[in-house]
Formats: sequence, structure tokens, C-alpha cells
Amino acid sequence: MAGGLLLEQLLNGLQFGLMLFLLSAGLTLVLGVMDVVNLAHGSLYMLGAYVAATVAGATGSFWAGVAAGVVATAAVGLGVEATVLRRVYARDHLTQVLATFALILVFNEGARMVWGPQALLLSVPPELSRPVAILPNLTYSAYRLVVLGVGVGLAALLFLVIHRTRLGMWVRAGASNRAMARALGVPIRRVFALVFALSAALSAVAGALLGPILAVQVGMGEEILILAFVVIVIGGIGSVKGSLVGALLVGVVDTAGRAFLPSLFAQLMSPEAASNLGPALASVLIYLLMAVVLFVRPQGLFPVRA
Amino acid sequence: MKRTALCALLLGVVLSLVPWQARSQARTLRIGFVSTLSGGGAALGVDVLDGFNLALRHLGNRLGGLPVEVLTADDQQNPEVARSAVERLIRRDRADLLTGIIFSNVLLAVGDLVFGSGIFYISPNAGPSEYAGEQCNLHFINVAWQNDNLHEAMGHYAQLKRYETAFILAPNYPAGRDALTGFKRFYKGQVVSEVYTRLGQLDYSAEIAQIRAARPRAVYAFYPGAMGVNFIKQYAEAGLMQQVPLLLPGFSADADVIRAVGKAMVGVYNSSHWALELFNPINRRFVEDFRRTYNRIPALYASQGYDAALAMDHGLRAVGGDLSRKAEFRNAILSGFDSTRGRVRFNRNGYPIQNYYLRQVVESANGEVVNRLVGTIFRNHGDAYVSRCRLR
Repeated sequence: MAGGLLLEQLLNGLQFGLMLFLLSAGLTLVLGVMDVVNLAHGSLYMLGAYVAATVAGATGSFWAGVAAGVVATAAVGLGVEATVLRRVYARDHLTQVLATFALILVFNEGARMVWGPQALLLSVPPELSRPVAILPNLTYSAYRLVVLGVGVGLAALLFLVIHRTRLGMWVRAGASNRAMARALGVPIRRVFALVFALSAALSAVAGALLGPILAVQVGMGEEILILAFVVIVIGGIGSVKGSLVGALLVGVVDTAGRAFLPSLFAQLMSPEAASNLGPALASVLIYLLMAVVLFVRPQGLFPVRA
Repeated sequence: MKRTALCALLLGVVLSLVPWQARSQARTLRIGFVSTLSGGGAALGVDVLDGFNLALRHLGNRLGGLPVEVLTADDQQNPEVARSAVERLIRRDRADLLTGIIFSNVLLAVGDLVFGSGIFYISPNAGPSEYAGEQCNLHFINVAWQNDNLHEAMGHYAQLKRYETAFILAPNYPAGRDALTGFKRFYKGQVVSEVYTRLGQLDYSAEIAQIRAARPRAVYAFYPGAMGVNFIKQYAEAGLMQQVPLLLPGFSADADVIRAVGKAMVGVYNSSHWALELFNPINRRFVEDFRRTYNRIPALYASQGYDAALAMDHGLRAVGGDLSRKAEFRNAILSGFDSTRGRVRFNRNGYPIQNYYLRQVVESANGEVVNRLVGTIFRNHGDAYVSRCRLR
């Protein structure tokens, strides 16, 4: 059974990590290619979840909700890029932080006005709400398996786009040397708009898929945005590969910490001390991981710029 | 020029009228209602507020004969936000009474502020062990329960059912620790694992995998609000509902959670100090009017909000609306008032002595999923901390 527990926790960690990847891939591209610190990335994630929950509630189809969430969020992303971000590309990071932080407030209050302060309900589609046996003696939530599959599929697709298409080439060129890419005739303005729409769409996928596992509520974006920043710092800013490795590391370490640290401590010290220290340490474990990575490799695991 | 003079004259007349009118009215009682009205705990705060407002309507918008103004503030489940809201209500708005807080960590962060200002806090929910024992306070009365109570009842039930092993979980905050302490006070079987998760955590996959591996005979989980919705949904989706019985306090198994989880909860046993079908006229009127007014089934939190208003009304009547007669106000409430649970009495620490019931989630004939009263677990049950309270 110990093997089964390990496997189940590994699946949990990977599933969480892949969703973090969808969120951090967009964030790292926007920061690496466009050199914009986009704090409002979490708001796009929230918007994706809200639209998905609304459309799923109205049509009764979860997947129609996901599709609507992705399309609507990509469109809003394009609008935000054209109206707000385009004006701050040339400014310093502090101005960008101010502008995108203002966007967070606008999106949060907007969501409160449109959907109300209480959490929305987004349910797992009924055909996926039962457990499936993945090994004799080990059942796992069907929905989480699908989330895992979608995460793997999108990660593969993203790698194909980045490494095998002209757009991907432009993106990589922009990430490693923006001035040179512009000098060589890369249509920077169009690339920026596309990258931003893509990152918005990816975060909406994460928001819609995590909606039934977490909760669709105001402020859901900020909570997970912190983790996404941890991921891109670990992975190296601008590197999609880095954000994949970083996201999986954070997902697995966070799950393992919650699952195994308290019982490990319980064997080492008194139950009182263990029940105090275990949960506390488990919640800071990923930040410890980030500190260690930064100490060993200050540029992150996969630095893009030489 | 003439017109300006006329305007000034009219303005002067109007201004001189305003204070005169205000003086002629009876004094208005200001109630500061600080509660969690957004985020994962919003369902609780909204239920308490709706219950409180319903009671005010039933009382003709008067408490102890005085007209009432309710000043609401959302604490966002954040102790810092709550502190500034309470500070504002006390100093700027000059509130006469405070109530509404849902989460114990929030209450513990504002307690010194409230008690220091000499205002009564009538708690409709949070009942931390701290304020039941050494730190009990003249200005604090909880009309609902002490945090441990519902968990004690469920621990006693688990003991009666002779579950040999139990896996117990709660969020890592004062009421979470009170909860599992309460459960263990009456459950004498083996606790195979005692897990504290981050307050507000919504993905319980890691904990559910641990439960599956530990193979306990029963699981006890205290998760209020959105945490409970997610834990129970995920417990069911993992296929554990049929394998290991899930025992819950009423906080994790009332209307707010049932609405979100649905039929997956049918069959679950839980404990409560209140039930929909408690047979007394106050409760019948409360349940019927609540359903009609808000178009949903009230959860226990709503009954607590309703009772908080009834307690205030009872106390204020005894002192003729004069809150400076503190001891009389307090004693009037502590010696008992008629609530949605019938007559409820209190210990000297301001916490109730009452019955605790066993309920089961069932699907009724018309397809509604509701809690049904099954039996009584404790009669006239107090709390474990009162002996350490030095009041009176």
C-alpha cells in the first residue's frame, strides 16, 4: 500500500504542477519576451474560471464552459494589451506593477459587481465525478486524471509551437535578445499581442479546470499568482522549459510536504510539537525550495539570457 | 443678488430644522455587525446576517423597544481588516453593541479592542476556548456554543458506535484546534492521524490519499464553508464515501454545504445544537419565514444570527434600553431567553448549557436534500473550560 500512496501523491503533485505550468508559462513569456511584469495575470485566470462557471451553469455543459472561458479571456487579454499594456512597455517595472496592480483591483471589483461576493459553483462533469481504478487496489478521481491529461497535452502543444513554428522562433528570439530581434525584422507588436492573448488563454484553461477542484471566487487569482511567480523564478525568467520543470517541482514538493512532513515529524518529536511544526513547515517548503535554487543558480534552473 | 439672499435664508431655515427633528426622535440603537461576507466563508456570514435581519423584522425593527440601525462591515476573513472595521465602528460610529464575527482567529484579534472599550460583544458564532476559560470576559456572551461542543458530541457518537480507529482533520487555526480537542475529549478509540491543514486550503487530494492509505474505521473532518464543500466533494469523488464513514460537525454538513455538494452527502451523520424540525413556535416561525424571505433553507448559522438578536432584545428589555447597567444586562441573558432551540441558559463564562442533537442528511420525498433530526447526543451540556473562568 505504501507504493500506492506514493503513486497517488505523485499524481496529485503532477496534476497541481501542470496547472501551475499553464499559469506560469504565460507569465514567464510575458515577462521574458515583452519585459512586462503582469500582476494581473491572476485576474485573467479568475476571469477564465468565472466565465467557465457561468456558461457551464447556463448550458449544462462543462466543456462548453471551458471553451467559452478560454475564448472570452483571450479576447479580454487582447483588449487589455491594446489599451493598457501597450502604454507601459517602454516604462520601468515599477510603472508596470502599478498599472497591472490597478487592473487586479478593477477585475476584482468588477467580478464582485457582476457575480456577487459569494463563490460560484462549478461542478465536475457528471461522467467524470466517479473514481476509476488505475491499479488493482488503487482508485483515483477520473476528473483529476483528465486534468492531468489536458495539462500534458497542452504542454506538448506549447513546446511544438515554441520550437517548431515561426511564431515560436520569434518568441524565442524576443526572449533572448529583444533589440536584435526587432532589428532583424520580427513584427514585435503583433508578437506581443499574440503572446499576451496566448498567456491569457492558458491561464483561463488553468482557471476553468481548477474551478471544480478549488473554488471560483474573487481573489482566487492572487493566491495562485504568488506560486506562479515562485515557479518562474525557479525555472528562469523567459524559459518555458524552466517553468515546466519549476511547476512540476513546486507541485510535487508542495504535495509531498503536506503529505509526509507531519507524519515524519510525528516520529521524531512529541505529537504536540509535531502538530505545530509540521503544517507550518509544509506551507513554507516551496519558498525554501526557491531560496535554495536561487542560492545555487541565481538565474534560475534554465536561464534564457546568456 | 436677491435670489442669493433668498437661497441663504431658505438654507438657514432648513439647517435649523434638521437638528430639531433629530432631537425629537427616540434614541437609535447602533449595532456594529462585523462578519465574513466575501470569499470562502461568505455563506456563513450571509446566513448569520440574514437570520439577524429576519429577527429584527419579527421584532418590528426594535430591540428592547429602541429603534435599531445595523452597520455592517465585511472582515474578508482577515483579522487585520476586522480590527480596522471594529475600530471604526467603536470610535467613529459609536456602536452600542457588536456582533457578527464568524471565525475565531478574527474574533481573538479584535477581542481586546472590544472589551477595552466596554462594549458588549454578543457572539453568533465564534466561541474560542480562550474566552471560555482564563480570558472569559464580562462583555462577551456567545449565544450559540463553545467551539468544542459540536465536536464533543460527534466524538461521543463515534465512541458509541465503537469505531476502533479514526482519522481526524481540521484547519490550522484556533477553532480547528478546539474542534479536534473536543472530539478527542469524548472519543476513546485510537486516533491514527491528526491532520491540520492551512486555513482556506481547497485541494485535499494529499490528505485524502493519506486517509486511503491509513484505512481508518471512521473519518472526522471539521471544515466550515468552502473548505467543507471541497473536502466532501473530493472525498466522494475519490470513492471513499462508501468505504469509510465520514462523520461531520453540523458546520460541515448544513444547508450551505449541502446546496453545493448535493446528493453525494446523503446518509452522512452530523451533530448540531439546532435542527430545522425542533418543535417550538419561535423555530417554526423562523424556519418558515426564512425560507419564504430568502428562498433557501436556513443553516445553523442563520438560527444563530436570529438568536443573537433575540438575546439582545431580551437583555435590553431587562435594563430598559440602558446598556450602562452592564451586570443586569448580562445576567438577564445568562439566566435564559427563548430562542430557536427553546429556552437556553448559560454558564457564568457566557457560553450556553444546552442539548446537542444527531442529524442525518437525507433525501426527502420531494427530492430535497436536507438534514433530519435523528436523536439527542447530550442533554444540558456545558463546556470544559468554565471551571477556569473567574467571573462572578
